[in-house]
Amino acid sequence: MSTPQATIEFEDIELPKKPIPARIWDLCKRQPLGAFGAVVVIAMIIMAVFANVVSPYDPERADFANMLTAPNIDYWLGTDAFGRDILTRIIYGARTALFVGFACAFVGATGGLVLGVASAYFGGIFDLIVQRIVDVVMAFPLIILALAVVATLGTGTENVIIAITIPFIPQCARVVRSNALAIREIPYVDAARALGFSDSRIILRHMVPNVMAPYLIMLTAFVGQAILLEASLSYLGMGVQEPTPAWGLMLQGGAEEFAESAPWVPIFPGLAITLAVFGFNLFGDAVRDLLDPKLRTR
Amino acid sequence: MPRLLEVENLKTQFETGAGIVKAVDGISYYVDEGETVAIVGESGCGKSVGAMSILRLIPDPPGKIVDGRIIFEGRNVLELPDSEIRKIRGGQISMVFQEPMTSLNPVLTIGLQLTETMMLHLGLSQDEADKRAVELLGMVGIGEPERRLKQYPHQFSGGMRQRVMIALALSCKPKLIIADEPTTALDVTIQAQILELMRNLTKDMGVALIIITHNLGVVARYAERVIVMYAGKIVEMGTAKQVYHDPHHPYTIGLLNSVPRMDLHRGRRLVPIEGQPPDLTRLDEGCSYRPRCRWAIDKCAASFPPLEAIDGSQIAACFRKDELEKDLKSAS
Repeated sequence: MSTPQATIEFEDIELPKKPIPARIWDLCKRQPLGAFGAVVVIAMIIMAVFANVVSPYDPERADFANMLTAPNIDYWLGTDAFGRDILTRIIYGARTALFVGFACAFVGATGGLVLGVASAYFGGIFDLIVQRIVDVVMAFPLIILALAVVATLGTGTENVIIAITIPFIPQCARVVRSNALAIREIPYVDAARALGFSDSRIILRHMVPNVMAPYLIMLTAFVGQAILLEASLSYLGMGVQEPTPAWGLMLQGGAEEFAESAPWVPIFPGLAITLAVFGFNLFGDAVRDLLDPKLRTR
Repeated sequence: MPRLLEVENLKTQFETGAGIVKAVDGISYYVDEGETVAIVGESGCGKSVGAMSILRLIPDPPGKIVDGRIIFEGRNVLELPDSEIRKIRGGQISMVFQEPMTSLNPVLTIGLQLTETMMLHLGLSQDEADKRAVELLGMVGIGEPERRLKQYPHQFSGGMRQRVMIALALSCKPKLIIADEPTTALDVTIQAQILELMRNLTKDMGVALIIITHNLGVVARYAERVIVMYAGKIVEMGTAKQVYHDPHHPYTIGLLNSVPRMDLHRGRRLVPIEGQPPDLTRLDEGCSYRPRCRWAIDKCAASFPPLEAIDGSQIAACFRKDELEKDLKSAS
């Protein structure tokens, strides 16, 4: 065997790496709003995971001696019409919100990811049919579609998750497809075909990792949207059912009746929803900015 | 030597808004085992499409192989089911693409891309594949292969990436490698290294090679036989020596006159080929090179000249192929 004429070798240029806390601090300085979002998100996750440790009472414990009490030392955020502690129910509500939020966002975005990449890869009739279905589904406003699904399937946490996931899939599919279309034209996809890989392998192993950036952005945006949708559905009585603690339900039980006499009943769950959605959106924006090299100027 | 690949009357067309583009219009050629064949021609003459058709990699729609047979090791590739053609792709026929910068997936490590192919086609385990990947990188002249396998394509230069592509093409011990302008995107010094490398490795391993190129220097030095294509048709075919020193088609002569040559006297003027290649949607009955040919006669407009033998293995498609030589001699 003849040896090739030249052997090329060169050293890698290793950038000096800062310790992790310093790098996190740099990131916070660059994305202050994103950092705030991240704090909210992390706080919510901790609240949800350790709800039974963090919360002062049992979420379903009714203290009939203290119904509709204003915030005080024992009940920091007051109690509702059944004497249940609002702080406890907000903490447990985070569990419901996050569970629904992450489940919907993950299933919706992942479904859209596979569908979008496949649509771009195969093209032709398949692409046409998939995109027309996407058009039809996207023509409905999110909440209307979700309501329609709940009306068909019935209420309950699982059905709410399905109802919110269905409109997410085409949204993500559309965004991912446009990215995947560009990737389809890059020679490495043809190279992968020339190496004899099957279609599913090319889609999942070679194209999907290249559209991770839009996927992650859609995923974080979906979490916020899903929390809001779940709260809306629950508020309309079409979502999570009592006695499961959920922010939308707490609003429903308090908004009309106690808006004047006991304003803490609707205000605090409302604040929780606002803060959570705001936090997730800021976090998502920051993720998008960090993943998009074109916006990475500073 | 036995025939490895036989292409018979291959026709590949694209449907476009402007009409049907006859990108490849009835080409026939063969490749023997272990042989190096060059396909030359200017951009858009159907060289790449013809080669992609062998592996059925033409996107359909808009492309379609409308006629012909491609016999690889006794089987017609065009009639094989998808699962069989996938075994041939990468396993028995592999390709080296034009653009090393974009032919490797940027988000997967080099090692993963190399081993994935071998595990698929050779049924190797991860360990065996890793071992062979190290060997392959060494063979194509990449230092520190163990460390390199863990790196991503952006950590490689263009020439290095083309070496990786060659390693990838050789990894499953194919019978034939199709190199589609393997050196176009590289600078001249690296070009020579890559071609040398490909020639040595294919000779050592007995792999046949089809080099698609528009660089006649490559042809003269590395190919045993040459196929000259113009507007989707083969216009001349012969050994490298025959085509280079004794061309019998006006287009081949035009091509040779338009490149600087070390073997002819210095101070000779380079003569470009006048005009543009024809629009492939509007080809008529006659010879497609006729508008640019200084030997064109009335007969050329009536029908496309058949490919006829000149002596033994050399064939050319020109009505006046026997007069060209005299003409050239008297001119110089």
